[in-house]
Amino acid sequence: MEQLKVDFDKVIESLKLSRESINFRKKNFNQFINNGFPNKRVEDWKFSDLNQIISSNIENLRFYTDLELGETDESTFIDKFAHNKIIFLNGIISKVDFSFEDDSKVLITNDLNQNETSKEVNPLVSLNNALVASYIRVTVKENYSLNKPLIIYNITTKKLKSTTINLKTDIVLEKNSSLKLINLCGDNSENNFINIVQNFDISQDAILKNYKIDHKKNSNIKYSYNNINLEKNSISENFIFSTGSKFMKNEINCNLNDKYSSAFINGIINLTNSQHHEIKTNINHLAENTKSYQLIKSVLNDNAKGIYQGKIYVDSKAQKTNGYQLSKALLLSENTEFDGKPELEIYADDVKCSHGATSGNLDEDAIFYLMSRGLSNQQSKELLINGFLLDAVEKITDIEIKDLIKKMIGIVE
Amino acid sequence: MDAREKEIEKLKDYKYGFSTDIENTRAPKGLNEEVIKFISNIKKEPKWMLDWRLKAFERLKQLKEPNWQKPKYPKIDYQGLYYYSAPKSMDDKPKSLDELDPKLLETYKKLGIPLQEQARLNGIAVDAVFDSVSVATTFKGELNKKGIIFCSMSEAIREHPELVKKYLGSVIPLTDHYFATLNSAVFTDGSFVYIPEGVRCPMELSTYFRINATETGQFERTLIIADKGSYVSYLEGCTAPMRDENQLHAANVELIALDDAEIKYSTVQNWYPGDKDGVGGIYNFVTKRGLCKGKNSKISWTQVETGSAITWKYPSCILKGDNSVGEFYSIAITNNHQKADTGTKMIHLGKNTKSKIISKGISAGFADNTYRGLVDIARNADNARNFTQCDSLLMGNKCGAHTVPYIKNKNSSSNIEHEATTSKISEEQLFYCNQRGLNQEEAVSLIVNGFCKEVLQQLPMEFAVEAQKLVGISLEGSVG
Repeated sequence: MEQLKVDFDKVIESLKLSRESINFRKKNFNQFINNGFPNKRVEDWKFSDLNQIISSNIENLRFYTDLELGETDESTFIDKFAHNKIIFLNGIISKVDFSFEDDSKVLITNDLNQNETSKEVNPLVSLNNALVASYIRVTVKENYSLNKPLIIYNITTKKLKSTTINLKTDIVLEKNSSLKLINLCGDNSENNFINIVQNFDISQDAILKNYKIDHKKNSNIKYSYNNINLEKNSISENFIFSTGSKFMKNEINCNLNDKYSSAFINGIINLTNSQHHEIKTNINHLAENTKSYQLIKSVLNDNAKGIYQGKIYVDSKAQKTNGYQLSKALLLSENTEFDGKPELEIYADDVKCSHGATSGNLDEDAIFYLMSRGLSNQQSKELLINGFLLDAVEKITDIEIKDLIKKMIGIVE
Repeated sequence: MDAREKEIEKLKDYKYGFSTDIENTRAPKGLNEEVIKFISNIKKEPKWMLDWRLKAFERLKQLKEPNWQKPKYPKIDYQGLYYYSAPKSMDDKPKSLDELDPKLLETYKKLGIPLQEQARLNGIAVDAVFDSVSVATTFKGELNKKGIIFCSMSEAIREHPELVKKYLGSVIPLTDHYFATLNSAVFTDGSFVYIPEGVRCPMELSTYFRINATETGQFERTLIIADKGSYVSYLEGCTAPMRDENQLHAANVELIALDDAEIKYSTVQNWYPGDKDGVGGIYNFVTKRGLCKGKNSKISWTQVETGSAITWKYPSCILKGDNSVGEFYSIAITNNHQKADTGTKMIHLGKNTKSKIISKGISAGFADNTYRGLVDIARNADNARNFTQCDSLLMGNKCGAHTVPYIKNKNSSSNIEHEATTSKISEEQLFYCNQRGLNQEEAVSLIVNGFCKEVLQQLPMEFAVEAQKLVGISLEGSVG
């Protein structure tokens, strides 16, 4: 904690902020100090004791870094299709490139002076507010759809060790606009704690497609918090591909604020060794005729641990809600563990809400069937696992991006 | 409306709302060592029992009341309660049913408990617990012949100390949560059942609980042991008179099934739920836990929860023996300002263990109904299997229905399935019934009974009929 206080002062000093902004950060800083890293006594972290995970994986965690910008690892970049870029290198913005778009339609700001009156969400978001050193805000103007997808690269280099990186992005979609976004992690570093907060405001009739990809094996500990606000008739499609980091927790809080808005959260967790990943969702149906759909597929090998905590909240105003949630997990090895908490909290009577959760091994009969058709045991298993994961991947509505993710999983068709 | 009419109006809603004027012997108010000694002394308990209680009390001092649950309630003043209250006539214990205080018998008659002749007709052996003391145990002779022990807990402590010592607290230890520990310290009476090896209990055993005196808490303790290869079906019913204050009921129930044994435990809980505005009613904070200790054993819980201001209980199964089976069937109906937070825990430890959870929640008025459950499959529980289904029915948009299942799987050869749905009674269903000549209320009762069928079927015959009626009564006035 001493280190944290020293580093906090360093961050404040290095950023040259307004007084209001400094006060805002101090308030958030104190909120974090009061709670510390969450442990398993906190209900939301029941299955993942972050405090313990950080202390057993990272020695002498620092909260401030003054690393020089190094060389960007070109291999991380996607060359399958043209796209707009925002590159964070070791937590600092190194490149913003919107060359495919109309400048007047896409606004970029990165003013760190913030003084939001946002309420306290959780200690990690407070930590992010207190320490964030680079921020970007993308506003897509009314009736504009981006020509190419936007990829936010989050790249770290080998030099980065035992450090906390805080990133913050706000995306604002004005009326009837649309954006395809990929958040891609390119980790070359080891044993860092990466804390990402993203906020999405989606106005009437706007469409956001958000794909979160963590595919490269690495030993970093990550937490990502997304807050999504949906207005009338807007759509948010989210896909989480969670397979790279040592620990990763994706938390999505989604508010369906007005009629006919809908949210989709699909994802796959595919783990080996002693990886530990969690997906937590909070869908708040706050208005009539809103819809949500969630499908999470997990495949666990070796000593891996997977967790899905999903909650559907239906306000008493939100009649005619349609909420669906399904989590399926395959436990392929003796020492794997899958924990789930699919939760419904419902205060309106004219609703259709259901959830399902299953976990178990591959179906022996299915393996036998495939083997009797001439496949080896290994091939049959692979086929079944791929099929199992494809269920979720097929929900992706953008073909280019779907193919990209399929390739990353290693599914060949 | 004058006071008398109001009283009558009240009585219409809750037909068990009468109280009986019987002189009571009470322990001094409050919770302290003296009271515990008083209880132990009045029950003529041996020293080991008193020591056990005091140990629990020591532990209780270090515990805090849990506060994670959904239904919040005002703080309970534990020092303002009477922990022991017995009808005075019990001081010189009656030898047979004829000697019982006729007023007591009348109370039970109003409740519809077949204490005497009815008992024989229905073939149900009843152990009735009135406030804190077990009043009479019917059918003893017949059970004795088979070697079955069915008596009050106090009697068991005196007559069968070896069994009580061995099993009491073996499933719900002294060191458990706040209310269980409180019960261990101050429990007053309850039922004790022992079924010897290979015996199939020829009749349904039954207890009836009733809280009569004011400002009393009821802390009964039930212990059922089914020895190898035996079978028993046990019923429990509960009522309480109407009072403005909230009364606490914190019981502990322990079941132990040895090799090849089967225990079926059914509850129809109809404690006073409080009035239309949520004043009064029972806090039903009960700990029920069964241990499938032996191979191929089976424990099945069935509950119909219609009463209580707050129901907070999770009848659980610890599936320790290989091939053991746990079942949980539940209907929880909440109306007006009632709150229920109920569910089960299935803890799979043995190989090839199976569990099944069927939960039906119905919420009307301003009520809140939560299913909270845990399915935990341990590393060594190979081929474990669980199926869970939770359905909720909502009536009106002032009430809530929630599902909070916790699922933990550490074994790759096991299989867990969970599904939950929430819906309302559809207009089409209602219209269809109306069209066939049923009025709105009959139609709702019919549809709700259909919704609950799967659970009602699990109840023994005599109870099923009562439960069906109860389902109808509890929802009266909630639609229309």
